[in-house]
Amino acid sequence: MRYISELRPVERTLGFVLKAVVLAVFVFPFLWMVSTSLQTFQETLAFPPTWIPAAPQWINFAEAMSAGPFLTYARNSVTVTLSVIALQLIVMIPAAYAFAKYKFAGKKALFAMVLLAFMIPGQVTFIPVYLMLADWGIIDTLLPQIIPFMSSAFGIFLLRQYFMQIPQEIIESARLDNASEFAIIRKIMIPMSMPALATIALFSFVSHWNDYFWPLVMTDSAGVRPLTMGIAVLRETEGISNWHIIMAGNVVLVVPILLVYAIASKHIVKAFVYSGIK
Amino acid sequence: MASIEFVHVTKSFDKHVVIKDLNLKIEDGKFTVLVGPSGCGKTTLMRMIAGLDPQTSGSVLIGGKDVSRVAPGQRGVAMVFQNYAIYPTMSVRENIEFGLKNNKVPKEERTRLVESISATVGLQDYLDRKPATLSGGQRQRVALARAMVKKPSVFLMDEPLSNLDAKLRVQMRVELIEMHKKLGTTFVYVTHDQVEAMSMADTIVLMNQGQIQQEAPPETIYHLPSNLFAAQFIGVPPMNVGDLGEDGVKFGFRPENAVLSAEPGDNHFSVRGIIVTREMLGSETIYQVRSARHSFMVKCTEDLFTVDQEVCLGVKPDKMFFFGADGKRIERDDARFDGYMKALRGLSHE
Repeated sequence: MRYISELRPVERTLGFVLKAVVLAVFVFPFLWMVSTSLQTFQETLAFPPTWIPAAPQWINFAEAMSAGPFLTYARNSVTVTLSVIALQLIVMIPAAYAFAKYKFAGKKALFAMVLLAFMIPGQVTFIPVYLMLADWGIIDTLLPQIIPFMSSAFGIFLLRQYFMQIPQEIIESARLDNASEFAIIRKIMIPMSMPALATIALFSFVSHWNDYFWPLVMTDSAGVRPLTMGIAVLRETEGISNWHIIMAGNVVLVVPILLVYAIASKHIVKAFVYSGIK
Repeated sequence: MASIEFVHVTKSFDKHVVIKDLNLKIEDGKFTVLVGPSGCGKTTLMRMIAGLDPQTSGSVLIGGKDVSRVAPGQRGVAMVFQNYAIYPTMSVRENIEFGLKNNKVPKEERTRLVESISATVGLQDYLDRKPATLSGGQRQRVALARAMVKKPSVFLMDEPLSNLDAKLRVQMRVELIEMHKKLGTTFVYVTHDQVEAMSMADTIVLMNQGQIQQEAPPETIYHLPSNLFAAQFIGVPPMNVGDLGEDGVKFGFRPENAVLSAEPGDNHFSVRGIIVTREMLGSETIYQVRSARHSFMVKCTEDLFTVDQEVCLGVKPDKMFFFGADGKRIERDDARFDGYMKALRGLSHE
């Protein structure tokens, strides 16, 4: 690979321009969201669009939050997302360890089922799942937002790949050091796969924090709904869309993701460049 | 300290039989080296002792006790792997301590043991370092310290020196011999390198295709190889072998036991040949001599000849070996021996 300093000026400029375009495409919607969240109702309707609000309307945030039981939504989102991540890790780590390092009858068939689960979209399974959960009488609680996601096929798959790279001798060495299988998972496999675990946890966080479809199907009352639904409600209150209020809600929704990413990114970058020690 | 015994041991992977009905006793306190070409089953034997890949049938005894149903961590064995298998997320201290912690050794004693072992292997200044910051030789020492600290009754080493550079390997060989002397524990060492086997072993177990070819001290295996395989596996260059042309018998002699001269001497076996290659190694020179029917390697302490020179190659009768059609060495007191010796004389001067 060549370093940037080795490139010719034309190449360097071209590269810079391309990167700027890509950056703009990804960052622009966010900036517009933040800008809109600070505008007045008139500013949001003005044409040409207002880029920078004359006076930041911080009150929009207060209004978004008072439009519904905002704290309840936030608590539900946090509870659901953290429970899902915690349960997924508990299920996924031993499963990936078994798939990566054990020999047992039916391993191939079982792993094929994991891959199959990975490939089937939620829209295909939500009706049977709904019927099953309705049978259990837990629809319109937090549980149907958690239980179906206790395991993640994607996570098992990714973690298994990662575990397979860990040399067998290290595990054998630990067995000779009289470590239990549980100790091997806890003291060797987990510390060695922190980058992969951080990546999986982040993906899981983003997809469940942002999930709208599943809670929409599984819940009726505001008391058990997450933030995404609370913000959707903002849109329907008065017939006309109060974009400044909706965007304020969206900012609140997105900030935790940015925070989590900032914390996890160090590990995630490592997950993709990890080469281990020889 | 413990002896190790294999009793009618068979090992197969899936349906492929790697070791069939093998019996072997490894003596207590000895440095035993399992040596052979790759795929001969030496590592399989070692992994059976460790319990990592238990035998398919038969039993393995450590210290007289059948360990077939004992978990690897409970067998009182420690193993050093070829790639060291150090735990990369733990510091040197945590690596050495891990086995002790799992065995519930109290903290003060653990600290004391770690300090004393790390001083022995020269790691005391690196205890808080991560393995990634250590050199190959230092990682090797971490692996050794980790094994030693548990005070195992059996030390298993699976080609522990093959990842080191040549110079360090020679140094570590001497250190391992010293370590064995100091600990007095049973050492079982697996290698494909016959030099390592010859230099360190009290007993060599030479294996090929899942079978023990010879089990003897290095001197014996060198001077009295039990078969053609042993004769050609041990020694650099290996023993010269040629067809006697009678009963499928082969004759053989070690490269250093042949004498080169410009004029024919009065040796029992003597052939004329031309020097094809010359390798000057400092203290010795190795010539390849091609005669009408054979090509022989000759090791000389003096460097007297040049390539393309015609020479006479002679071997004294007491340095000659014969191997039967089954590959087994024919003893000197065998009735056929003198007959083959005479036949060899007939081959001379061809």
